[in-house]
Amino acid sequence: MARIDLNHIRHAYGPNPKSDKDYALKEVHHSWEDGGAYALLGPSGCGKTTLLNIISGLIHPSHGQLLFDGVDVTNLSTQERNIAQVFQFPVIYDTMTVYDNLAFPLRNRGVPEAEIDRKVRETLEMIDLASWAKKKARGLTADQKQKISLGRGLVRSDVNAILFDEPLTVIDPHMKWVLRSQLKQLHQRFGYTMVYVTHDQTEALTFAQKVVVMYDGEIVQIGTPEELFERPKHTFVGYFIGSPGMNVMPVELSGGIAQIGSHQIELPSPVMPANAKIIELGIRPEYVRLGRTGMPVKIAKVEDIGRHKIVRTRLENQDIAIIVEEGGDIPAEPHIAFDPKGINIYADSWRVGGQ
Amino acid sequence: MEKTWNNKAWFMVLPVLLLVAFSAVVPLMTVVNYSVQDTFGNNQFFWAGTDWFDEILHSERFHAALGRNLIFSFIILAIEIPLGIIIALNMPRKGWGVPVCLVLMALPLLIPWNVVGTIWQVFGRTDIGLLGHTLERLGIHYNYVQNPMHAWVTVIIMDIWHWTSLVVLLCYAGLVSIPDAFYQAAKIDGASRWAVFRYIQLPKMNRVLLIAVLLRFMDSFMIYTEPFVVTGGGPGNSTTFLSIDLVKMAVGQFDLGPAAAMSIIYFLIILLLSWVFYTVMTNYDAER
Amino acid sequence: MLELRNVSKVVGGKPHLSDISLTLEHATLNVLLGPTLSGKTSLMRIMAGLDVPTSGSVWFDGKDVTGVPVQKRSVAMVYQQFINYPAFTVYENIASPMRVAGADKATIDREVRKAAEMLKLTPFLDRTPLNLSGGQQQRTALARAIVKNAKLVLLDEPLANLDYKLREELRQELPRIFAESGTIFVYATTEPHEALLLGGNTATLSEGRITQFGPTIDVFRKPDDLITAQTFADPPLNTIALAKFGKAFQLDGGVALPVPAHLAEFADGTYTIGFQPHHVNTTRRNPDEIGLKATVTATEITGSESFVHLSFADARWTMLTHGIHIYAPDEEIDIFIDPRNLVIFDASGNSVSRRQKLAA
Repeated sequence: MARIDLNHIRHAYGPNPKSDKDYALKEVHHSWEDGGAYALLGPSGCGKTTLLNIISGLIHPSHGQLLFDGVDVTNLSTQERNIAQVFQFPVIYDTMTVYDNLAFPLRNRGVPEAEIDRKVRETLEMIDLASWAKKKARGLTADQKQKISLGRGLVRSDVNAILFDEPLTVIDPHMKWVLRSQLKQLHQRFGYTMVYVTHDQTEALTFAQKVVVMYDGEIVQIGTPEELFERPKHTFVGYFIGSPGMNVMPVELSGGIAQIGSHQIELPSPVMPANAKIIELGIRPEYVRLGRTGMPVKIAKVEDIGRHKIVRTRLENQDIAIIVEEGGDIPAEPHIAFDPKGINIYADSWRVGGQ
Repeated sequence: MEKTWNNKAWFMVLPVLLLVAFSAVVPLMTVVNYSVQDTFGNNQFFWAGTDWFDEILHSERFHAALGRNLIFSFIILAIEIPLGIIIALNMPRKGWGVPVCLVLMALPLLIPWNVVGTIWQVFGRTDIGLLGHTLERLGIHYNYVQNPMHAWVTVIIMDIWHWTSLVVLLCYAGLVSIPDAFYQAAKIDGASRWAVFRYIQLPKMNRVLLIAVLLRFMDSFMIYTEPFVVTGGGPGNSTTFLSIDLVKMAVGQFDLGPAAAMSIIYFLIILLLSWVFYTVMTNYDAER
Repeated sequence: MLELRNVSKVVGGKPHLSDISLTLEHATLNVLLGPTLSGKTSLMRIMAGLDVPTSGSVWFDGKDVTGVPVQKRSVAMVYQQFINYPAFTVYENIASPMRVAGADKATIDREVRKAAEMLKLTPFLDRTPLNLSGGQQQRTALARAIVKNAKLVLLDEPLANLDYKLREELRQELPRIFAESGTIFVYATTEPHEALLLGGNTATLSEGRITQFGPTIDVFRKPDDLITAQTFADPPLNTIALAKFGKAFQLDGGVALPVPAHLAEFADGTYTIGFQPHHVNTTRRNPDEIGLKATVTATEITGSESFVHLSFADARWTMLTHGIHIYAPDEEIDIFIDPRNLVIFDASGNSVSRRQKLAA
């Protein structure tokens, strides 16, 4: 496995890109550690698939270099890069058995048959398909097929990185849990470098050590799931991560006090953003307390989703979503308070302060 | 899938049913009628039972023509199917080349059979034909009128020229439906060009190939116009296929009874062989 | 009112639906929840009149409509794929069912604009669908279903092809849109989470059978049987099979658990105990909680919560807790479960509390 360096990479699909607008992927300059699990998270059209294709070698970037363990691979073909990839829809060789599917990449590389047998059996154990070895691959379920796709990467000892392109799209919810935890275990046990593209925050957050949030061709934030949850750098991250997303409301600042309509909130530490056009306060629904004291709100709707309730309220003209624990009380005259450790302040959408 | 009952649907397809009845069923029944009777003109018919069938099934002439048909279809399939696949594999998948190739491929299919025959007849002439003249200059005495081998080669090349496009177009349709991810995965797995063909393209093409084989078999087995125009079944009987023999018998000799019996046998052979092809190929498919 | 009476569907000798009886009232949202191939689409096709049941009958407002084709019923459908007329503008797409019905121009214009406003499509009315995002394309399909003013609207996993966040937004809007019409809505999904967010009623499907039907949150909290509980759980339901002897639950490994007081009068025998992942805690919150030692197999963090995958004897469990808890693989940890949160199923998979309720 390898460290991946993205050296000032930019990409435009059209010829002669002039302005920033022409780039599907704007300047990406990062280093991803060997053995790290990274997720590229963002809505469709944010450039995450473009970035993945640049790493896999399907796309040659308009600018910049890609390095695996310090070696420039920008001009190498997909084969020469020694990567493995799991696609959105399962790719299997359906005329072959499960065993032969896994042996295929090794046979293509002229590995001796005894070695192949050892590696394939080992991999079949890892992906829990040992008892299916002799079966034709075409009759398997979607999740088993995805495991075979993964297995074809795992059998090889020369793989630099394993790439995942929304691999759980066609998997039923229950099997998603099983596959995800198996993937997590494989990562913990063998330390593969993994890059996982998805639009699903749960998948990204649970899979990755570092989540790369992308928006409009740019990386908005790279951070641990905890960082993205507690301190989103940009209001987009606040909105995109979390379900429901962060409550963001315009405020006026004066020293350590934020003014929301007629209410005042004391900030944990004073912030003084210079020349910002819009100042906003962001707080996640998990950090809004519903009780009998604080700012009075009107309840618009209560969604009981089992393990908690989502209470949608209005504070003057502002919609505020609150998460209330299962069995939690919703008072007749509801008031809300903001937990200071959940407060973030944004100037022109970028975070300038808070806890 | 089961559909909702809707009696209106029957009225909608009624015209087609009538048309088919008049164009296919009625003539077919006439043929059956002829095949079991003998006539001496004047609309007088005598019951002949299965005599005509016996006669045809035991005639040398029929066996020889049937043999020629089988050999011809075999050669045609053995050349056109692989050739069609090879051409389809090498056709571009994107860009301006796609429509150009598709139009070029479709061209031979647009030309009527008898025109194809005439084109080749002229093409092969040693005095004014480009091919015949060139071969003559090279010292090859190309003469499809007298040399049975040359006649066969001419008819086969003609058929290949005319019909390989169909196989190409079918295969191409199968190929473009393969998602890019498969090719990408194959690259990642280090698959050779042959492995990509063997394990991705061929399995994904097998449905269209089944159709191509069936169509080309049925069509080549029924070949008539081209040899009729070019060689007229000769030299000797060397290119007298079943269809040509049938016409000779029915129109030339006016042996309506045996000709009708032969048509039915011919029809049943095609039906049977097509069924065998289809069953074998779909079983193979299901097994895998 | 749409009523299915003992509907079965057999295709090629294989039962796709078995003995389904279901009554759906006007102005309700009804979720069909079940995994792929559980029969959701087959059931919807029969409701729509695209297929005829092998046996049983379909009734609409007191009339037998079994065998009446879809064209003669008042039905609109929205599919997982975004299906619109590519050559028409959004406006014409939405207007198309009303044009077919022969509505006058003014009515069409009014209704189209109303639906477009409701689904936030007003700025895109002049565009063609292929120039829209996936979310907007599906909104167009939804708007078309709504202006049709059908008595029955069937939605077959309509949000499955959309981005997570778009799904969340539309999911929040849908119940409001539904509430504004008197139509029967039927919504198929594979995701328990989606059913809970939509609310309304839920029918859980498993292998062509409806295992339970009722208000969504009730089905979730009080499943009648084990299959329903498993179908309606995301993350998956934690279960373990136990044998009860007097005052103890016995496990194969020789572990014994005290039987909680309120379950003491149950007959001895084999039971399956189920409990939701969010009902497993790492601290004891009250004295009668059951304490167990389980082994961690993997931990997943979402930023605010942790999913801890556990193994206990032969069982694989998930714990969903607040905050960040990182455990090393193979670490042994203490977990606590409140016995009041246990759902107990007898050997045939029926919920014991339901049996008690029926007996009483």
